[in-house]
Amino acid sequence: MVGASLSPLNRKLLRDLWRLRAQVLAIALVMASGVGLMCMSLTSIEALGNTAEAYYDRYRFAQVFARVERAPEHLAERIRLIPGVESVSTRVVRSAVLDVRGFEEPVIGQLVSLPPDAATALNRVALTRGRMPVAGNECVLAEPFAEAHGLVPGSTLRAIMNGHWQELTVVGLGLSPEYVYTIGPGALMPDDRRFGVIWLDEKAMQAAYDLDGAFNDVSLTLLHGASPDGVIARIDQLLARYGGVGAIARKDQISNWFLMNEIEQLKSLASILPTVFLAVAAFLTNMVLSRLIAVERSEIGLLKAFGYANRSIAWHYVKLVLGIGVVGIVIGCALGWWLGLTNTRLYAEFYRFPFLLYSPGAGPFVLASVASLAAGLIGALGAVRQGATLPPAEAMRPPAPPLFRRTGLARWRLFRAMDQPSRILLRQIGRWPARSFTTSVGIGMAVAVLVSSMMWMDAIDRIADVYFLQAQGQDVTVGFAEPRSRQVLRELARLDGVISAEPLRVVPARLRFGPREERQALQGVPAHQELQHVFDAAGHALDMPPGGLVISTMLAQMLAVKVGDVVSAQVLEGRRPLLQIPVVATFETYIGSPAYIDIDALNRLMREQDSVTAVQLRLDASRRLELFRKLKETPRISFITLKDAAVRTFHDTLARTLLIYVSFFVVFACTLAFGVTYNSARIALSERGRELATLRVLGFTRAEISYILLGEVGLLTFVALPLGCLMGYVIASIMVSSFTTELFRIPLAIQASTYAIAMLIGLGATLASALLVRRRVDRLDLIAVLKTRE
Amino acid sequence: MSAAIRARGLTKVYHSGEVEVHALRGVDLVLTSGELVVLLGPSGSGKSTLLNILGGLDTASGGSALFRDQALTAMDDRELTRYRRNHVGFVFQFYNLIPSLTALENVALVTEIATNPMQPRAALELVGLGARLDHFPAQLSGGEQQRVAIARAIAKRPDILLCDEPTGALDSATGVLVLEAIERIHAELGTTTVLITHNAVIAGMADRVLVMGDGHIQQEQRPERRLRARELSW
Repeated sequence: MVGASLSPLNRKLLRDLWRLRAQVLAIALVMASGVGLMCMSLTSIEALGNTAEAYYDRYRFAQVFARVERAPEHLAERIRLIPGVESVSTRVVRSAVLDVRGFEEPVIGQLVSLPPDAATALNRVALTRGRMPVAGNECVLAEPFAEAHGLVPGSTLRAIMNGHWQELTVVGLGLSPEYVYTIGPGALMPDDRRFGVIWLDEKAMQAAYDLDGAFNDVSLTLLHGASPDGVIARIDQLLARYGGVGAIARKDQISNWFLMNEIEQLKSLASILPTVFLAVAAFLTNMVLSRLIAVERSEIGLLKAFGYANRSIAWHYVKLVLGIGVVGIVIGCALGWWLGLTNTRLYAEFYRFPFLLYSPGAGPFVLASVASLAAGLIGALGAVRQGATLPPAEAMRPPAPPLFRRTGLARWRLFRAMDQPSRILLRQIGRWPARSFTTSVGIGMAVAVLVSSMMWMDAIDRIADVYFLQAQGQDVTVGFAEPRSRQVLRELARLDGVISAEPLRVVPARLRFGPREERQALQGVPAHQELQHVFDAAGHALDMPPGGLVISTMLAQMLAVKVGDVVSAQVLEGRRPLLQIPVVATFETYIGSPAYIDIDALNRLMREQDSVTAVQLRLDASRRLELFRKLKETPRISFITLKDAAVRTFHDTLARTLLIYVSFFVVFACTLAFGVTYNSARIALSERGRELATLRVLGFTRAEISYILLGEVGLLTFVALPLGCLMGYVIASIMVSSFTTELFRIPLAIQASTYAIAMLIGLGATLASALLVRRRVDRLDLIAVLKTRE
Repeated sequence: MSAAIRARGLTKVYHSGEVEVHALRGVDLVLTSGELVVLLGPSGSGKSTLLNILGGLDTASGGSALFRDQALTAMDDRELTRYRRNHVGFVFQFYNLIPSLTALENVALVTEIATNPMQPRAALELVGLGARLDHFPAQLSGGEQQRVAIARAIAKRPDILLCDEPTGALDSATGVLVLEAIERIHAELGTTTVLITHNAVIAGMADRVLVMGDGHIQQEQRPERRLRARELSW
């Protein structure tokens, strides 16, 4: 039998664990939350990273991308000769308005040509159904887009290619490493109903766009160790005369950028929140173990009298902590594995891979386990040392009674008016202020976790409110593939159902100030905007001052410029002038890092007649559909963005993912609050059982003594709630600053209702554990406790 | 004199694991109002069990116990709590003071919930501790702590004062001081008092001495002359 071979001390250990099982479980669950969260983040990072790497590798995702207006095919050979280039793939990429049966709103398609030798080309398509196109009117659809519209091989759709409607037959569905995250022009979130990628035969694309023997898009891979920057500089030189708008490295490729950003954010998630849980677990371990050692003083003395060394005593209690840790780790790792898988699958809804590699190695689990054991042991350190170094004779004497002294408290009139049970309660807190405070901090942590996870909802609402509702007065933005004369503004304004129209001129450029350089389009807007406002984060609309740039503070920071500095802007289209423009104002914005300028000033700088690249429209809602039909017929439109659809997608996408996260965190936070209050109250009960039994003997009812015991926890909770809100605010601001990217700044805009809900949930979890302890109060043995001296 | 408590055929069986312990095997007892009874007997004789049942801390397995005309043996937990609160004062061997309350507050703890209490200060003066009101238990000697416990027990003007080994943890001189306090209260308030001890010397101050053994009252004695507490020593 196993039991027979166990040493007496180990048997005591197992029995202690069993006797303290409720408390052990409460600590283990808090640990498990930390371990689970950490495993979730780490395994997701690993899975996303491995999947992306394998996908990129297998489907030959390019490392440098460049777009031109039109370049002859033989230029590819010259690109290949650039030092550091491994392989080159050219193609035709165009945007087109699509007509999908049963969907009234305009849809934009990204048409991408497939080279004849698909096997050796870069950015290969992973076919998930059907086959590759053979005939000119055949196409492969991106799977998410096909799913959103219920299109399958055999379905047809129409596209305006170079001004002509063309019917396309779907022959296959696929995915591409280039479109893991499929986001349309001007959009913030993937919207698979309104934007999709379509792969077509190369010859057909070249014919449709008059690009026979030419290409307008080139991708390259580099030799091992080659720097993209050097290659990009050479390519830009080479492509400049063919209308190149500047090559970008893989890290700036939009889909990859989002994916890598996501992984970065997961990394910060892996560090901040698990730390909170593990810190609380350490505190709980310390609390329970100090108490256990205090109770077992005489046993420790006895063991030492028998000749057990300090080391064996210390090791005995360390094993107890390891026992608790193992329970936490087992639950946490299982939870983490499941959460990781769920999380990775959730990601796979937004980041589309043809396969998902979720086979986490031991790494994340080992790391999380070591971290949580370390936290537990750090928490136990003081208590274990105290137990191990007790002199045997002292250990066998009961501990001296706690000494209470009169404090300033007694002078308060309020205190003097209190009944004795309330005084007991307050003196108890005053006697152990550090312990009371840490209990409050522990409960507060639960509230803090709630606040810092629910604040995302508030942030999203705030962004949506400022970005969409306040700043955007237009209903539709219609964009063109190349600059158009302002005539098009008048034409669109005349359409039935258009209430007002406003021009927008976007010029791709490289902004430079000193050694810093950023690729950022100049957005020309009317001096006084009526539809799309340039709004700062404080909610003020900005008028465009003449003759200067109004840039976002994010861009100002990236370029290290201030108002008054002159920025040089290398325009990347047309004549490609190099402009010197002063910065005249900066503004705060949550999304992107835009640079605005008065449209007339921009036109003058570009030495062009009034030209536009997009038009903002406000519509008469009752005539939308009619107008959509008209827009679908309008040639040379490269994108159409509908504001209400964008708002909906924004909310739906984020709400869906965030709700899942927030509900995870609600569960974790409840575990935390429960773990802390349950342990505090249980320890208070075991320490003060004698006192409470005495009160019962003196004629106090169960409710009255519960007041003394749970009132203390209640009072500490009362302190914990606002404290938790404050800590939540701090954690939220740390998270917000660590989540800041070039694309998004998360506003720290926590609503009062968020604090209120967090406090209510914290209170609820505390109440639940208090009720559990209350049941123990009812079972106090009045006689046993009075007969023996502690 | 009227009877404060009548018990008939009281039995108490404890189940400790698979072992049955017969702590009381049929005790008949009448406590007359105002008398001071000393309950003597060796450990395990059943005296504490009897005291606990009479004090409403424990319930009997059989027989009946009446306080005035209320059957203690028929009371539920709530009624027993009310009985203890209104009618019984307890003094324990280990004082059981609340460490976070001063002497005065420990007494006030009881007077706040009693129906007709005396002033906490007056109760402490009765036990000779009028000068130590604001001391916490840890600042008092064992004898002083026990006298606070007595003041706490009698401040509600209980009908019955139950003392379980009140001098058990004290030396002789201090024990006498505590007994004097009990004696004084018995004399001034006329409280029916039961005092458990296994120190036969203390029996000298009783109106009546009951000797318990093996769950029965084996002997009853009425001392010819009641000694004053200060005449005792051991």
